[in-house]
Amino acid sequence: MNSARVQAPVHEAGVLSRLLESRNFLGLIFMLPAAVVLLLFLTYPLGLGTWLGFTDTKIGRGGEWIGLENYEFLWGDAVTRLSVFNTIFYTVVASVIKFVLGLWLALLLNKHLPFKSFIRAIVLLPFIVPTALSAIAFWWIYDAQFSIISWTLVKLGWIDRYIDFLGEPWLARLSVIAANIWRGVPFVAICLLAGLQTISPSYYEAASLDGATAWQQFRYVTLPLLTPIIAVVMTFSVLFTFTDFQLIYVLTRGGPLNSTHLMATLSFQRAIPGGALGEGAALATAMVPFLLAAILFSYFGLQRRAWQQGGQDK
Amino acid sequence: MKSMKRREFLKTSAGVAAATAGPLIWVKDAEAQWSNAPEKGAKLRVLRWKRFVQGDEDQYLANVKKFSEKFGIEVRVDAEGWEDVRPKAAVAANTGAGPDIILSTNDDANLYPDKLVDVTDVCTYLGKKYGGFYPVCDPYLRPDGKKWIGVPLGVAGVCMVYRESHIKAAGFSSFPKDADGFLKLCKALKDKGTPPGFALGNATGDGNTWVQTLVWGFGGKLVDANNKVVIDSPETIKALEYSKELYATFVPGTLSWLDPNNNKAFLDEQISLTNNGISIYYAAKTSKDPKVAALAADINHANMPIGPIGKPSEFQLFFNQMIFKYTKYPKAAKEFLRFMMEAEQMDPWVQAAIGYVTPALTYYEKNPIWTVDPKHTPYRDSMKNMWPSGYAGKMGYASAGALADFIVVNMLAEAASGSKTPKEAAERAQKRAERYYKV
Repeated sequence: MNSARVQAPVHEAGVLSRLLESRNFLGLIFMLPAAVVLLLFLTYPLGLGTWLGFTDTKIGRGGEWIGLENYEFLWGDAVTRLSVFNTIFYTVVASVIKFVLGLWLALLLNKHLPFKSFIRAIVLLPFIVPTALSAIAFWWIYDAQFSIISWTLVKLGWIDRYIDFLGEPWLARLSVIAANIWRGVPFVAICLLAGLQTISPSYYEAASLDGATAWQQFRYVTLPLLTPIIAVVMTFSVLFTFTDFQLIYVLTRGGPLNSTHLMATLSFQRAIPGGALGEGAALATAMVPFLLAAILFSYFGLQRRAWQQGGQDK
Repeated sequence: MKSMKRREFLKTSAGVAAATAGPLIWVKDAEAQWSNAPEKGAKLRVLRWKRFVQGDEDQYLANVKKFSEKFGIEVRVDAEGWEDVRPKAAVAANTGAGPDIILSTNDDANLYPDKLVDVTDVCTYLGKKYGGFYPVCDPYLRPDGKKWIGVPLGVAGVCMVYRESHIKAAGFSSFPKDADGFLKLCKALKDKGTPPGFALGNATGDGNTWVQTLVWGFGGKLVDANNKVVIDSPETIKALEYSKELYATFVPGTLSWLDPNNNKAFLDEQISLTNNGISIYYAAKTSKDPKVAALAADINHANMPIGPIGKPSEFQLFFNQMIFKYTKYPKAAKEFLRFMMEAEQMDPWVQAAIGYVTPALTYYEKNPIWTVDPKHTPYRDSMKNMWPSGYAGKMGYASAGALADFIVVNMLAEAASGSKTPKEAAERAQKRAERYYKV
């Protein structure tokens, strides 16, 4: 009796302390809060959104399972197709330009400039300002009647009527892309700058001793060593651009003639003001394959070791 | 059913009621009696759209305060941008929790009629007392012709807003009443360098109102009485051809215009004519900028031009007042809506907003605000001249969805700007609408 009573707590303490010493168990315990947060606020909404896409749920009324009907509907819908085209065009053009400008800016900032840290701080500004606010600024810049650009050009006598930035379909597409680029470049530039600073100067010394030109140094030293960062930064950049919403919603609401509707804005328009929650959810879910493709591309396309080590693909 | 109520009332407050009920029988409008006993300790939450003119909010809240003092019922009023009220109301209906009363827009009540408290008694009482609701309220809030599922509030009337001096300079002594004269006016205005401007972007308020009015005025409509899509019709094509000529007179850039653009352009004197609520005039009158304030004298209003069909066909932003079944205090909520619609509250409210809202009861045509300044008068008739949303079909998810997807606005914008021929634009609208009305 006595010994049993004594033994029991010892045994329990033994289990507990053994558990606490187990790396696996501790790992699980420490990950639990994060896992709960992710499951609750990420997995569950994502799963719910996907499920809604297979139902005919309306706002204010539950729905029934209708299989792929929403997707069939969207496939045949001209506005949806246009929005897919707009989204891809928007993402590709904006991402490429953001990458080129961002890399260029990073290279410039990596040089020894006067007031270096001040300039670096300023460069980040467009990224720090809330999108909705900078979008309103662009709304005025592009306004059909009050545009500062048109006003300046008219005063200079270069044009005789205001430019209809957001009224012509193609001009509107390019205008919203320009606004997106303005906002996105700092993110790319600062991240790439961080990458540039991890490259040891000794590589450049060695390269210049071997007589490499500036271009060769960039091509065979900088670029390969930067690709891991580029892959990550561009993945994020593409994801942000593809899912952009605020900029479009403030500037055009998808107009003129739906020529700037992105999948995200159209999904909102159909789901919330239009009330077709199921259809909007399906449209949002339809963005997932595109996003996965972008991620896979950057991982398999840009993370190649051979290339990073300065070699060629075999 | 009305007598039932009265009997209940007599039972509960026998003494007082017996004394007053006798003489009241001989009053001419004996039916217009109201009896209701709000729940003890009731509290109400009201969600409404955010004001467009300051006077509206101030007086509304003053009326609410009066109600609270009189009935001892605490009322909390929240206001949201009018386009955000719709999804919130829908979520409230779906989840069964939220504000007791919601003031929302257009087809909303028809999306969840079984979630709303029957307010037939309130509407019958108000109708009897104040000359009846305009018939256009029926499709919005009395879909079966018998039961009221909400109390109509009114519309944010939209009229033509123009510059008196510019119209005169263009050779017109008065504002044209029909579509032909209107087109001539717009052409003359453009020639004088003072063009008109109407929103053709995805502008929920200003875009939909003038575009639907125009298409209906030519006899075009999205659906017939059986909800069959009939937008691809010769009448629609005529309207689109007309809009092409009209668009040529507009200030550049209207394809990108959202709701605020025409207000900005008008107050900056870049356009001389647009469609809007009375808010432009209100803004000019109350502006601290002397230049803008001086504009007020030159601003005038007219009802929307009548199309070839020969009668007004206006589309207006309709406001309803819904009580949700989940409320714990339906009687207090009814009392609140009744109170707010009574002349003692409604008259000062309409005046404070200088007629921004045209009430849904015909009695309020007599409100002095409509005549104190002749420039207010056109807004008086906004309820009278309007056609229901989703005309000529029934309201529901299809009509709400088609409106939110800008099908008719996009069609007109495509045809007017020449990016598609009128026929192509109408065919496209037909296909898009059919998806909502599921053929």
